[in-house]
Parts: sequence; structure tokens; C-alpha cells
Amino acid sequence: MITEVAGLLTGGGDIVSVIIQFAISAIFVLFLFYGQRFQTRIMLREVESHLRRLNLIRDDGRKMAIETIKEIGKPKGNPAERVDQFLEYIAITPQSMDPSGIVWKLEHVLDVRDVRFKDEVKLMAPEADETQLNNLENTLEAAMALNMIYKVIRHFYLLGKKTNSLYVIMQIQMVLPIIMKQAEAYAHALRAFASGQPIGDGAGALVAAKLMQGYETKEIAKDVVAATVPIDGRTAYVLKAKGPGGNVGKPGDGIRKIIEEKKGNISTIIMIDAALKLEGEAPGEVAEGVGAAIGGPGVEQFKIEDAIVKHKIPVNAIIVKEDLGDAVSPMRKEVFDAVDPVIKRIKRLLLERTKKGDNVIIAGIGNTIGIGQ
Amino acid sequence: MTTKDEPARRVSSFYLAIILVIFILSLSALYIAFENIINQSDPGSSYSFLAVGFFGLALLGYMLLQTRPKPMRAIVETPRVITTLECPKCDFKNIRDFQRGDYIFKETGPCQKCDETMKITAIYREAKKKEQ
Ligand SMILES: [Zn+2]
Repeated sequence: MITEVAGLLTGGGDIVSVIIQFAISAIFVLFLFYGQRFQTRIMLREVESHLRRLNLIRDDGRKMAIETIKEIGKPKGNPAERVDQFLEYIAITPQSMDPSGIVWKLEHVLDVRDVRFKDEVKLMAPEADETQLNNLENTLEAAMALNMIYKVIRHFYLLGKKTNSLYVIMQIQMVLPIIMKQAEAYAHALRAFASGQPIGDGAGALVAAKLMQGYETKEIAKDVVAATVPIDGRTAYVLKAKGPGGNVGKPGDGIRKIIEEKKGNISTIIMIDAALKLEGEAPGEVAEGVGAAIGGPGVEQFKIEDAIVKHKIPVNAIIVKEDLGDAVSPMRKEVFDAVDPVIKRIKRLLLERTKKGDNVIIAGIGNTIGIGQ
Repeated sequence: MTTKDEPARRVSSFYLAIILVIFILSLSALYIAFENIINQSDPGSSYSFLAVGFFGLALLGYMLLQTRPKPMRAIVETPRVITTLECPKCDFKNIRDFQRGDYIFKETGPCQKCDETMKITAIYREAKKKEQ
């Protein structure tokens, strides 16, 4: 091999071999000094192609949101401008230097945001009923998330281009596969919200809805309905977000209210929620544990934990596993089929951990879009 | 994407020039290699030329593949969502595609068999077979 290379570099007197020798040396030197540049360029290209796809997904989401608003809300003018303004909406979280009382501050900000959103959507879609308003709000929030993802990726792409820095562009290139998955999940969510289909996240709400079938429900807190259901001699207060509009409600308030009404005479709380699965776990797998099974910004979880600690009420969790894509796209069959095993587990839990005549709370957590009661 | 920051999709003339130079060089390298092999002169370097030629052509193929605009996948496919209606009285079951306004536990039209109001008992997405 060495002799061959030497032969190549010295032998062959004609002009072509000289050129080839020169070219090889030039490429060698080029890669020696500009290798990182090339790598940056290649990464930039990759990010660029993903960015283009993100842009398509975002535009598609925006278009779909506007079309749905036009179809359902029958606005007088064109809602496009309002929608574009809405997509840029921001909510500033409270300062956390002195964290005492921050939960209530955060809750207040989220409440104000929610009211603003609802009013805004009402203005965009004057003819929509309450269910449709909730669904439209969810649709717009998905479009907002897509817009945000696109903008952040574009920011890093342009920054990388400007600084020509491998490390700036590398940061974004490394997380890009996961970001793309997220964007696709939101795109699916947007479609589901626009048509009002139940999503995977609603597994908990579906369990509660199934338990409260045939019993009278009443709204006990903002967007939370509850029913009193006798199960095997126990009195279960079953609660869920008010459907079938896209809604998560305030289950924390609902649980606290029931505990206060019963003066702490609750022997156990069972919370059912969808939870993110690890890769390799089967979708729709059911698992049990303890603790407040609820996601979101943490306000509701705080309220529940705060309410139960006073009376030392044990809280059990039953979760249905699914990945992010499944959680926000139309509920897949495996997750839907997990409802009956979950109910079986609830009954077993009640038999094992409570006595006849006890009061229990069963809370189905999650977005109840497409699920009535 | 704003119009100003739109990344250029066209292939730059510089890039084309590089491709052309590599193409000519690889062809000449291959030509020399084959000529040497046929003439049985300097067999050592002729194989080097052969390798250089093929390497150049491979590089060329890769570069061309890179410039080709990638076909964009459909943005997101809409999954098929199925609604199941059941009659609480006679167990008559009706399975159809999801329609806007459907929700689980909604009471819909009368049963085709016994005129009792039907109820939606299930709405779910049929998962693709490969997916896990
Ligand atoms: Zn019937």
C-alpha cells in the first residue's frame, strides 16, 4: 500500500497524474483545516430540511385552525389576523425567588390566561357552543405550540448560520429527532381537537365517565362534575372534567370540596391518569402506585396534596401508559381497551383497602374531549 | 419562514464546478488505470489510480444525492377513527366512521331494530399494524 501511494505521488510523469496528486493533497489539507466547517455545513443542511418540514406542519396547523373556526364559529370577517395574533400570545410565569405562595400566583396567571383565551375564541367564533368553544381553544393551543416549536428551531438555525459555530448548531441537531416527534404529536392533537375526538390523555376521564354512567352528575367546581356512585357497599364520589368539550377542569378544587363536605371522612382517594410510557412498554399497560397522579403545571397536584395531608388520607394512583404521540392523538384502541382492567383494579383496591360503608373519591384525570358523562 | 431568511434551494455554480472537476479527474484517473493495466506497465500505481477514480465517482454520487431536493413526506396522515353505537336494549351494534359532534356516551338516533335511543359506547383510532 505504501509503495503504491509513493508510486502514485512520484511516478506517472504526465500532467493528469500531477493534477490528481495535487487534488488529493489539496483535499487532505482542506479537511485538515476546514473539517469542522464542513461538518457545520452538513448539520445546517439537516436542520434546514427539518425546519422546512416544521414550517409546513405549522402552516398546516394554522390553516386547519382557521378553517375550523370559519366552519363552526361562522365569524363575520376573516379570523386569520386574530388567529395570528393569538398564536403569539405569551403568559409570564410568576417570579420564584421567594417561592412561598407561588402556587396561587401561578394559578391566578393561568386563570387569567384561560379567561382571555375563552373571550378571544368567543370573539373569533361567535356561533360556537360551549363544547365547541373548548375544542376550538384546544385547537388553537396546539397551533400555538407548533408555532413556538418552529420559532425556537428557526432561532437556533439562524444563530448557527450567523455564528458559523458547530456547537450552536449541534445543540439543536442533537434534540431534533425528539422535537420532530413532538411537533408531529401536536399536529395530530390539533386534528383531534378540531374534530372533537377523544384523545389518549382522556383515559382517566373515560374511566370516571364509565363509572358514573346512569348516576346524576353535578358541577362541583369549575369545569368539574361529580356523581355519587355506590360500589360494593362503599360510597364513591366519582369526578372528572366536564365533557365533552376539550377540558381538564380543576380536579384539585373538586377533591378539596368533597373532602371538606365530608369533614375529612374519606378513607382513600384513587386517581386515574394517563402517563408517559418508556420505549418498549406496551401502550395501554396499566400500573398502580401511590401519590397524586396528575400532570400539568403542578397547581392541581399541589392543591390535592395540600388537601389530603390535613386529614392524612391515603392517595392511590392507577396509570394507563402511552407515549406522547398517543396521549394527544385520537385515543388508540389499546388505551380504550384499558378502561375495563382499570375499573377491575379500582374495585380490587376498594375491597382490599377500604371497609363497607366507607367514603372514597375516584378522580379521573385528563382532557375529557370527546367524552361525555 | 420569512422571505429574507429563506434558505436557497438552487445549487450554487461553485458547487457545480467542484462536481465537474471531480468528475473529469475521476474519469482521467480511471482512464490511466485501465490503460496501464492493459499495457501491463507500472501495475502498482495503476491500482491506485483505479481506487482514486472509483472514490471520486462515489463522492460525486453522494454530492449529487445531497443536492437533489428530498421529497417531502405528507405532513401528517389523518388516522381512521371509529365510532361504535350500541342499543342498550337489544344489543344491536353499529360501527361507523367518526363524525364531528360524536362523543362517548352521547345519545344518538333510534335503534334500527327496536326504536330505543342508541348510545355511543366507543370512539377509538385503529392503530397501524406495524406501530408499537
Ligand atoms: Zn335496539
